[in-house]
Amino acid sequence: MPLETASETAASETAATAAGKPPAAGTRTEARERAARNRKLTVYAARVGVLVAFLGLWEVGARTEVVDPFNFSQPSRIWDQIWQWVTHGTAQGSLGEQIGYTLYEALSGWVIGVVCGVLLGIALGRIRFLAEVFGPYIKVLNAIPRIVLAPIFLIWFGLGPASKVASAVVLVFFPVFFNAFQGAREVDRNLVANARILGADNRRVTLQVVIPAATTWIFTSLHVSFGFALIGAIVGEYIGATKGLGLLVAAAQGTFNAAGVYAAMTILAVVALVTEGLLTLAEKKLFRWKPADAGDGR
Amino acid sequence: MSTPAIELTGATKRFRTPSGALHTAVRDLDLTVAQGEFVAVVGPTGCGKSTTLTLVSGLEEPTEGEVRVYGEPVRGIDPQVGFVFQQDAVFPWRTVLSNVMAGPRFRGVPAAEAKERARDWLGRVGLAAFEDRYPHQLSGGMRKRVALAQTFVNDPAILLMDEPFSALDVQTRALMSDQLLELWAGTSSSENAASVVFVTHDLDEAIALADRVVVMTAGPATVKEIFTVDLPRPRTVEAVRLEPRFVELYREIWASLGEEVRITRERGAGRAA
Repeated sequence: MPLETASETAASETAATAAGKPPAAGTRTEARERAARNRKLTVYAARVGVLVAFLGLWEVGARTEVVDPFNFSQPSRIWDQIWQWVTHGTAQGSLGEQIGYTLYEALSGWVIGVVCGVLLGIALGRIRFLAEVFGPYIKVLNAIPRIVLAPIFLIWFGLGPASKVASAVVLVFFPVFFNAFQGAREVDRNLVANARILGADNRRVTLQVVIPAATTWIFTSLHVSFGFALIGAIVGEYIGATKGLGLLVAAAQGTFNAAGVYAAMTILAVVALVTEGLLTLAEKKLFRWKPADAGDGR
Repeated sequence: MSTPAIELTGATKRFRTPSGALHTAVRDLDLTVAQGEFVAVVGPTGCGKSTTLTLVSGLEEPTEGEVRVYGEPVRGIDPQVGFVFQQDAVFPWRTVLSNVMAGPRFRGVPAAEAKERARDWLGRVGLAAFEDRYPHQLSGGMRKRVALAQTFVNDPAILLMDEPFSALDVQTRALMSDQLLELWAGTSSSENAASVVFVTHDLDEAIALADRVVVMTAGPATVKEIFTVDLPRPRTVEAVRLEPRFVELYREIWASLGEEVRITRERGAGRAA
């Protein structure tokens, strides 16, 4: 492992400094920096180690038939499956096309769900009458396990992307709506009072105080809800589709190809992680006004 | 005498508390503030001083009685009014400059002119070099100065201040008080001097700043006594505190205020028991 060797050399360097002459002024901060770097490297090395150990055990277990390779597959077969999809395409067409379809459905569902959720959330958060009228209905709709709507959407909108977009929308809408609603409700009353005194009318209070104040709330829901959008798209495809990663899962399952199911899962995880990273990047740009230490859990 | 800047007659404000009971915050309050006058309002904690300000600002309407600003009954928020809040009320997602520009922009001033006026006021509060910062990058005192600039940039004829400096440390508070007096003196050179109502629980601050000190009763608040502060202007807070007349006034007013503070404290103790 290149990572491990790097951390080892760094560790031996610190050991040398510690054992050698008393450090001159300034080397202490250097030593501290090096220690922090070492710690980081150790963490990364340990992470890679955990992954390697897990995959290794799995592979060895499958080869020695301790775990049944037919049901649980094995990493090398999953990799072969992914590689085969990459080079030769899937039974439904190229792998890129499948990923493209799923992403397209998830993204459109997400965008529609977010826009509706934010607009309605802010509107109901700002206008009490609307909140009182629609509040109970939204609660009832939210109580329905929305994933069961996917078959209905399939009947309504057919095998094409529209039915998947619809199931993504219903999954995304509610968390975004509730967060936007809460965000609009919990705006610091001082800020609103200040804006009104400074001369802002209702429209400006909504656009320039309530919405910026609610963005923190909304953004936390965006992260979670993109995951939901993917779920919606995949489940929709799984139930019935002509293209997409969910269909890959369904097709692999239909031919008892466990490696195929895992391979599709792996691809999905990568796709989800990449989009998550992009969202975090956008968030950092948007929240320059926030103190850097707040809300950064990692 | 011309029409008073602020006139409260028999103003009463009742709120419905979350438990459903009626709470009277302000009862039968009469108060007149002349144009260009600096009035400090002192009273025990939680007695309804802040409510009085929200009535004048138009953020709240009185349940009974009347509130007039320049002879006109208050209906909604009056554009002549400026309000400095106790807590931070600057917009955290706007830069310092953009915060100060907010008022003029809300009132339809073109961006270029608003920027120019905002820069002028930022200079006066000594924050010209910080216009690109976000509020979280500033100290508490600097944020308060942003709030002052944000309020003064609108040229308010009536300035309402709700314990604006109570969250600051003692030294910063003295500096801010001096700065406030300076800014206010700046407005009084023009023909329409700003009238100030300054709510505080700090009697030192009240005497050092004001022309008159209004002592409120324990809640529900009403005017108990009004004292005229005959200390010469221009004042600086640290210097005026050492004058014998200041000490004399302090003793006089505290005799009146202390009683109300004691009543409030006993009530609180009774509630806690």
